[in-house]
Amino acid sequence: MYVMLWLAEGTWEGCVDAAAPLIPGDARVSLLYVVAEDVLDAAGAAAEGLMGRWRPRPGLTEQMAAEATASGEALVAAAAGLLGRADVGQVIRRGRVEREVVQAAEAADLLVAARDGDRSRLGPHSLGPATRFVVDHAPCAVLLVWPDEVPDIDSIPPHPEGGRRDHSAPPHGPHPPRPAHGEPLPPDRR
Amino acid sequence: MSGVPAEVLAIVLLGATLVVAVVRPRGLPEAVVSVPAAALVLALGILPLHVAAEEARSLGPTIGFLAAVLVLAGIAERDGLFAAAGTWMAAASRGRPVALLALVFVVGSTVTAILSLDATVVLLTPVVFVTAVRLRLQARPHVYACTHLANSASLLLPVSNLTNLLAYRASGLSFVRFGAVMALPWLAAIAVEWLVLRRFFASDLVGRSVTDGGRRVALPIYPVAVIALTLLGFFVTSIVHIDPAFAAAAGAVALVVPTVRSGKASLRDVARAADVPFLAFVLALGLIVSAVSYRGLGSAVDHLVPHGSSLWSLLALAALAAVLANVINNLPAVLLLLPAAAAGGAGPVMAVLIGVNTGPNLTYVGSLATLLWRRTVRRHEAEPPTSEFLRLGALTVPPVLLVATLALWLSLRVVG
Repeated sequence: MYVMLWLAEGTWEGCVDAAAPLIPGDARVSLLYVVAEDVLDAAGAAAEGLMGRWRPRPGLTEQMAAEATASGEALVAAAAGLLGRADVGQVIRRGRVEREVVQAAEAADLLVAARDGDRSRLGPHSLGPATRFVVDHAPCAVLLVWPDEVPDIDSIPPHPEGGRRDHSAPPHGPHPPRPAHGEPLPPDRR
Repeated sequence: MSGVPAEVLAIVLLGATLVVAVVRPRGLPEAVVSVPAAALVLALGILPLHVAAEEARSLGPTIGFLAAVLVLAGIAERDGLFAAAGTWMAAASRGRPVALLALVFVVGSTVTAILSLDATVVLLTPVVFVTAVRLRLQARPHVYACTHLANSASLLLPVSNLTNLLAYRASGLSFVRFGAVMALPWLAAIAVEWLVLRRFFASDLVGRSVTDGGRRVALPIYPVAVIALTLLGFFVTSIVHIDPAFAAAAGAVALVVPTVRSGKASLRDVARAADVPFLAFVLALGLIVSAVSYRGLGSAVDHLVPHGSSLWSLLALAALAAVLANVINNLPAVLLLLPAAAAGGAGPVMAVLIGVNTGPNLTYVGSLATLLWRRTVRRHEAEPPTSEFLRLGALTVPPVLLVATLALWLSLRVVG
């Protein structure tokens, strides 16, 4: 089994912590980090957009990309240490984050991703755009983990129809009454 | 040359100058076309020499001022000012992304106000990017805060933006009064940016970094002292009716001499920081726009521009300036609108500045023309940003325009 962990800033430690006990001992594991091309472009395009400022700083985007790659390598190395397994693959890519993740996961059997997005308001749209894209397009099974505390079951608001449990009705409204499929909550983390 | 042919030729030359500035064929400097175009305008008598001399007399000190501020920022960077600001922000944020964003707002607004938007875009933004990635935090909100503040936080002082320097001459306001009138609009624009960005990037401002942001770079005392004294010099010269450009020049010299002596920068670096092709471009563009205005477009703009300092005319003027800045870029926009706005006094001039300074956040790369062109060719180093960030522009620019203009209207009542 080939397991790939997608690591992102802000959530990578939680991702490793949550995934570590769930990965089979004999699995092959790779850690993936993607340097976000659009952020590099945003920084570079602003400088290039200054009217009349001929080539304000040539090579700026590449210098920043080199810094971002070095930081990504350090992040992946730190995550490998945290995971505590021998023989962990390390993959650094550069491009549109969500697309690179899907591409990189092509050979994987399982992609582990931490939820991004605003976790203070759970419900529709609480996944960030990158994770949403990856969940929609991943070429393998996706394990979505909570990067921090797992929310209590009580975080689900009461059903809009006043708490009547009518299982024949299709789930609708802002919070479906059943836990979403594909989000296993290991018993020891509840 | 006179009459309709003169006006048509002047408009064609302005068009050519702007197209070259956007397209940058073969990566040539913009001045390669704008300077000959300005020479043609003078040689053919489209702009009479006495009008040109008057224009050059008014633009000269502005360009000197601009050069001094560019050198001040460029040499301060050589002395490690921006690197120090980066490591300071990393340490002071204690790894919390929202705290880092707040610090980026404070540093970005200060750098833009004192050392101009160029310093924020060219020198601070890369440092902020590196600071965030070293902390292993999402760089996206912080980079966008920088590019947005370079525009929105450039309202405060004449030195904050080249558009302000041009308007400052035209408005006849003193440096101190300029700052006093614009303080409230500046704060209002920054506050709106904070509220929108904080929400827009809520999902990126998560987690907490336990990584230290790299080796701490000590704040270089000398450049900071020179910049602080230069700022003080702006106010003092303004009060005693000396051109504040002299304070800027003194500051630049005070910074250049020891830096070159110690070998931290060569004279070539100083020349590069002053960006002579850019200065030539600004002078040439000023003369060409002056010719276009002189040959009749000036009175047409005068009819088009709302006059008076009522809240509605200020809002209409700011909106018009923002639209024009997004169509043809903010420098030509301000040069075209200034003569008509200046006739109405300080209020309309400041409203134009709110429009041309904050409006470009709609497109990030200065104007729609630039954005479309860069999108078409895709051969430049950096590609223009995605729809996500155009959405951010659409979310911030209208409220910033509205709130900053409202603040200007209030400020004009209080400061006068």
